[in-house]
Amino acid sequence: MGMIDWDAVQTAEHVQRGEVSAVECIEEALLRIESTNPTVNAFLHVDGEGALAKARFMDHNLTREAKANLPLAGVAVAIKDNMVTTDMPTTAGSKILEGFRSPYNATVVELLERAGAIVVGKTNMDEFAMGSSTEHSAYGVTRNPWDPNRVPGGSSGGSAAAVAARMVPLALGSDTGGSIRLPASYCGVFGIKPTYGRVSRYGLIAYASSLDQIGPLARSVRDLARTLHLIGRHDEKDATSLDVDTIPESPIPTALQSLRIGLPEEYFGEGIDIRVRTLIEKTLDQLRESGADLVPISLPHTRYAIATYYLIAPAEASSNLSRYDGVRYGLRVAGDDLIHMYQKTRQEGFGSEVKRRILLGTHALSAGYYDAYYLKAQKVRTLIRQDFDNAFAQVDLIVTPTVADLPFKLGERDLDPLQMYLTDIFTVTTNLAGIPGLSQPVGLVDGLPVGLQWMGPPLSEDRVLSAASALEAILPPPEWPLSGGIQE
Amino acid sequence: MTNQYEVVIGLEVHVELKTQTKLFCGCANAFGQDPNSQTCPVCLGLPGVLPVLNGEAVALAARAALALHCTVNSYSKFDRKQYFYPDLPKAYQISQYDQPLAENGHVTIQPSDGKRDIGIERIHMEEDAGKLNHLGQRLEDAEGSLVDLNRAGVPLIEIVSRPEMHSPEEARQYLVELRTILSYLDISDLRMEEGSMRCDANISLRPLDYTGSLADLPRVEIKNVNSFRNVQRSIEFEISRQRQLLQTGQRIVKETRGFDDASGSTYSQRSKEEANDYRYFPEPDLPPLVLSETWLQNQREALPQLPDELRQHLAQRGVAERDVEVLVQDLNLYHYWSQVVELVPDVRLVTNWLLSDYSRLMNAKGLNFATPQVSADGLASLLTLITSGTLSGKMAKEVLEAMFETGETAEAVVKRLGLSQITDRNAIKEIVSAVVAANPAVVQDFLSGKEKALTFLVGQVMKQTKGQAKPDLVNALLREVLAAYA
Amino acid sequence: MNLTEKEVRHVARLARLAISSTELSEATQALGRVLDYIDLLNELNTDAVPPTTHVEAIETVWRQDRVVPSLSPEAATANGPQVSSQMFVVPKILDRGEE
Ligand SMILES: [Mg+2]
Ligand SMILES: [Zn+2]
Repeated sequence: MGMIDWDAVQTAEHVQRGEVSAVECIEEALLRIESTNPTVNAFLHVDGEGALAKARFMDHNLTREAKANLPLAGVAVAIKDNMVTTDMPTTAGSKILEGFRSPYNATVVELLERAGAIVVGKTNMDEFAMGSSTEHSAYGVTRNPWDPNRVPGGSSGGSAAAVAARMVPLALGSDTGGSIRLPASYCGVFGIKPTYGRVSRYGLIAYASSLDQIGPLARSVRDLARTLHLIGRHDEKDATSLDVDTIPESPIPTALQSLRIGLPEEYFGEGIDIRVRTLIEKTLDQLRESGADLVPISLPHTRYAIATYYLIAPAEASSNLSRYDGVRYGLRVAGDDLIHMYQKTRQEGFGSEVKRRILLGTHALSAGYYDAYYLKAQKVRTLIRQDFDNAFAQVDLIVTPTVADLPFKLGERDLDPLQMYLTDIFTVTTNLAGIPGLSQPVGLVDGLPVGLQWMGPPLSEDRVLSAASALEAILPPPEWPLSGGIQE
Repeated sequence: MTNQYEVVIGLEVHVELKTQTKLFCGCANAFGQDPNSQTCPVCLGLPGVLPVLNGEAVALAARAALALHCTVNSYSKFDRKQYFYPDLPKAYQISQYDQPLAENGHVTIQPSDGKRDIGIERIHMEEDAGKLNHLGQRLEDAEGSLVDLNRAGVPLIEIVSRPEMHSPEEARQYLVELRTILSYLDISDLRMEEGSMRCDANISLRPLDYTGSLADLPRVEIKNVNSFRNVQRSIEFEISRQRQLLQTGQRIVKETRGFDDASGSTYSQRSKEEANDYRYFPEPDLPPLVLSETWLQNQREALPQLPDELRQHLAQRGVAERDVEVLVQDLNLYHYWSQVVELVPDVRLVTNWLLSDYSRLMNAKGLNFATPQVSADGLASLLTLITSGTLSGKMAKEVLEAMFETGETAEAVVKRLGLSQITDRNAIKEIVSAVVAANPAVVQDFLSGKEKALTFLVGQVMKQTKGQAKPDLVNALLREVLAAYA
Repeated sequence: MNLTEKEVRHVARLARLAISSTELSEATQALGRVLDYIDLLNELNTDAVPPTTHVEAIETVWRQDRVVPSLSPEAATANGPQVSSQMFVVPKILDRGEE
């Protein structure tokens, strides 16, 4: 196995032991980016010089002991471009932030760098994280490394594709309605959306503040655990950040015999691609054979989740995106007076999907509609949370497909936003309920990856990761696309 | 004609809280600094930032609420109020909408027809906006504006009265009493010129035969008037403008108006067509505010003596009603007063001296009682010279003026000028007898009933003693000596 | 619920978006379809259900009133599209905001 096959933990161990240098790790990542990114377009910005300088500093100035204390020593990471960085531009995939340079770092970036990780670049995304395909970026589409004619999923499509293509072992994404898990599933990598409040949102460009969470995408469960252990810390700069113990650094695989796993009937009904269903059911059989107790459950309000989500998220987004007004940063399009400047700047700076959601959200909050739309959605959100409370009174964890189908072709769902919105149907519920969700690759059908989703009660990430780790152990090792290596 | 309508006034007062830092970030809450020198990613509204509430601001707001007899809600929350304007970096103001910090208080005013409570509907917390400097004389003709965000995020409380005032004078009294109460709490600079206290007035005229709800009356809001006097002037103007419209059969338009100081008139700023739709919704970045009874009790205990308590106290000490108000309105003066009264128990004497001669000298120098020119000890020793009879009132005035000028003690001035009252009965009697002997004609006048003649004789005695004889003693001795002639 | 172009134009104005007439009719259609779908929620009687504004069970998070150094005015305005005297320049204002 070459360096390209190492996950983050393995990479860090080699650097810690002095078997490879941090510079070698970064050079490996940069070479791979150079060879595969032109096809995939996962990165919006790569800072090779900056990353190498940091690696050199680590190699030259840190003792063996100091490196041993860096859990991600020399690990190249990619950051979704909606997390602000001082060393690189941050655009959130939008033209309205073109040229913006943040004077501060997101808390997660600080925490990763403190742990020895080296940020090599910023990844592409649907503009302001609004989308399920990474087609809605002002800077071009990202392609699925398994099939460049297909989408990588979104909105963290750049991060998922970068990990799948083995440009970097580790990336951060953000998840508001499935934006980590959906691309993780479509690209065949691991991704976790933590409990709301587990990871600080300070420095994450807000889409829908009550739903947004940052989480890692990686090629192993242990990488997710180690990363979440490092970034899942209380942060005084985020008033919604929970002051709870961090999760253990390494998950201990659960004895599957002791697990009661719920299978919600609403997630196994009509509309699932038969190939996806077959592979998921095969995986469930494997869990059953290993002794897990799989029980049918019901989450009766699931059918209302997308409607609820598409009121709450756009409403909050319409508010969060009001600050892009051409006054203090980013794009400004000149106008005769202030209002014209505002209108032209926002008209030109935002893409059509973003504008659609701003209009929808503004409408949902406007005088006369608040009760019927926004308030109604918040009430249904309560019912969806209660579904999970009831379910977790009976089972330890819930398993579902991450997404109902295989990665779709570029442009396929462009014409009908509603169709695109329905892609998130299995993932939005965890955001609405604030609970953790993890997507795990369980194999390929027709050369395309399929993901299985674990859900757990609030703050049960340790349990979720341990179960995923146990399943990881009984499945054959995942395959990776673009396996021709850097010579291809 | 004038009685066809009842004037209905409600006031919204914004008060900046005197915390060390802003409401949602650690930037210094400081006035008059270089543009944009008190800003950070949070108050600039940069991408990715989040607000974190300043606990001290909540404490100050709660104390204000308690002092204004409000109920502080154990549960309140923050909301976003959304509108675009360059002084509002996030394009929403974090405020409190339907569950404010405090409700149902009052301020007592004293119009000519007796004391009355003006209700306070609510007090909520919110962040201030930045400042615009217009490139031109007025906003209306400015080519553009410069945005300074030092003030953006400064903590504010908004105190919303019920529409229970019926004249500009009542509105003025409400504001004065409100400011007095808040000044005791020391939670704000309360400077209208600097914008640390700002007032919006809602004015409508209710036809006396109108039976509908007040909320349905067309109401005009006058925004951001910069002094108490102008609040009163703008309300006066607005009442006559509205009355004129109604009397000529025209309609009042619900709108926001500004006040022009020079002309003393209000002008339209925004009509109802452009009325904002603020799209309030609960602030997802801030968990709700739940205040425990213990915490509230701590705030209650942190309250100082309030104006009404002081009024009672002063009345009990025998201070005249008019003087009570003067002391209550100026806490520094009151503190000075209480120090002097400790040393000179004659409350009336102390109050008179302080509010007349001393205040006159302070005013002439443009000083206030935060920095008294003569210490309380110094004034007390001067007043003691009066009570002991060493100085006459007239002399004491001269001494006080000298103390103001040179900073000497009263004793030193008395010694330097050789001032002191002759109180020796025998010494004065000798002079009295001599004056009586030297003025037989005047004595005759007096004896024939001309009381005025006595004044002349007193004057003669005072002249001979260079004014240092104690006047009432001179009087008594003259009568005594004259009685022997009768 | 039917959405009219007039309503969408009003909302676009509130959101400070100068959308074209093509966009207006497209947006009206697309949003209309989404709102039709959202009508689904009216199947549920939620009269007695409290809203979820925050999923977490945390409350009263506040910080000490301690000054943290600000940015320099240069850094604060470094991203400004138009800056003069360390202030952000905006074009002529024809309406007033709020406070
Ligand atoms: Mg206000
Ligand atoms: Zn600040």
